[in-house]
Amino acid sequence: MSLSQQEVEHIAKLARLELSEEQKELYREQLSAILDYIAKLRELDTKDIHPTAGGGLPQMTLRVDEAHPGLATDELLSNAPKAEDEQFKIPPVFE
Amino acid sequence: MSNLTDLTLSEMCAGLGARKFSSHELVQAALDQIAKFDSSLHAFLNLAAESALKQADDADKNHQPDKPLQGIPIAIKDVLMIEGLPCTCGSKILEGFIAPYTATSVKRLKEAGAIIIGKTNMDEFAMGSSTEHSAYGVTHNPWDTSRVPGGSSGGSAAAVAAHYVPVALGTDTGGSIRQPASLCGVTGLKTTYGRVSRYGLVAFGSSLDTVGAFGRMAEDVATIFSIMAGRDEKDATSVNQPVPQIKFDHEAMRGLKIGVPKEYFITGMQPEVEEKTRAAIEMLKNLGAEIHEISLPHTEYALPVYYIIAPAEASANLARYDGIRYGPRAEADNLWDVYFKTRGGKFGAEVARRIMIGTYALSAGYYDAYYGQAQKVRTLIKRDFENAFKDVDVIAAPTAPTTAFKIGEHVNDPLAMYLEDVFTLPANLAGVPGISFNIGFDKNNLPVGLQLIGPHFREDLLLRVTHTYQQATDWHKKQPPL
Repeated sequence: MSLSQQEVEHIAKLARLELSEEQKELYREQLSAILDYIAKLRELDTKDIHPTAGGGLPQMTLRVDEAHPGLATDELLSNAPKAEDEQFKIPPVFE
Repeated sequence: MSNLTDLTLSEMCAGLGARKFSSHELVQAALDQIAKFDSSLHAFLNLAAESALKQADDADKNHQPDKPLQGIPIAIKDVLMIEGLPCTCGSKILEGFIAPYTATSVKRLKEAGAIIIGKTNMDEFAMGSSTEHSAYGVTHNPWDTSRVPGGSSGGSAAAVAAHYVPVALGTDTGGSIRQPASLCGVTGLKTTYGRVSRYGLVAFGSSLDTVGAFGRMAEDVATIFSIMAGRDEKDATSVNQPVPQIKFDHEAMRGLKIGVPKEYFITGMQPEVEEKTRAAIEMLKNLGAEIHEISLPHTEYALPVYYIIAPAEASANLARYDGIRYGPRAEADNLWDVYFKTRGGKFGAEVARRIMIGTYALSAGYYDAYYGQAQKVRTLIKRDFENAFKDVDVIAAPTAPTTAFKIGEHVNDPLAMYLEDVFTLPANLAGVPGISFNIGFDKNNLPVGLQLIGPHFREDLLLRVTHTYQQATDWHKKQPPL
């Protein structure tokens, strides 16, 4: 199958990736080739097959639901590109 | 190069115990080896030289025999967080990020006394089979510096092959420990899904990611494995299964049935790889194993299943890199453009490709045809292994279809690169453990690896069979011509 330029733009928009015109064309070709390859899966009849989600091991368990101290606010904010008053600072969302 | 860095992990531990040398000398020897060779190999992204030497001095002053790794220098793939050290995952989108806490796997090794000397290079977010997708430059194969070390844990594999460190941690989502172990001629263990905690591991494909280790021999890998493995409350996917202390005796091969899957010998694989693989299997037979041809009929579907499931999970996991909470931010006057420009500008080409494949496979109208179908075929691949392990104890196969390829050879052809993992992906889809170790060299003096795959939680069996092979051969003792 061959993706159109519009489809690549739509995927990039969903994925929040800014692409140049050259990148759009390159990815259009490469993604089309990869999707062609994985289309091979359609050969198989999987009507009565149960899907495997996750690693598929049954014993996984949650810890007891008790509060534990987490990381300190200032430690976490120390990696932020912009922070102010113990908060992440971002451009305005509402005018 | 005959010095302290040539010692294996167990020899280092014994020497430290007997006070033949100090931890300071060991760490300094590792740093010297790195200073000497890493300008041409580039296995490390950053070093923690000062803190490593300080920890070594502390270890020398206060010997604690209950700490099995006390004073031993080790290296960690830059996808596992260590408090206070950078963690880039080979990506520009985490440039400058300092880890706020330590991964459980690393914490357990540190508690056992290990000294972290640095973080190793990798394909960006562990996506790749050559380390060429690192945003910080490629790692070179110690056996031939014009070639790749494999990937994504190429830096850790090269660091062990070049005798910088006796052991190093890696991660394996589709072959990222076993394939570089094969290409660098070292021993690399991919653990059972859920066996080692992933708390503090930066996520790629959450239903596939595993933490494992490289060493020059099975015995050393086993030591690291036994310390790291086991339930961790901070990772709900870590499994509560007893971790065995692995006994290396002469009993591993008694009555052992090894299955050789006919689907793992494909046209297009390097003839010498097949030749060496068959020879190594013959050797295992001579050592006492029974060899059976088996079939894993859905093998050919593993690659397409993987390249739906892993990118789909990656597209969700990597949504967190938005320029808001950590990493660099591309400035813009609205939030939408901050996301677009940060992600578009900072993710490398392979990561962008996989995010887009995953986004497409999960998008409205395509979910059932791609992701849903892939999950069902994954069930068939898992069943292949379940059926095989009714008849045999271990599966033996090539690790990779080729030996180390030239830097740049596959970099513009994503599908050719993906084929590198054709023999390693199925174990990740089934969640079972695998190991790769050196079984000889091709005509260019490049290492060839044999892969063993076992049932869930039977790392002990893989390590014991590998050990038996390594007792009878000396491929694992060969040193690269640095």
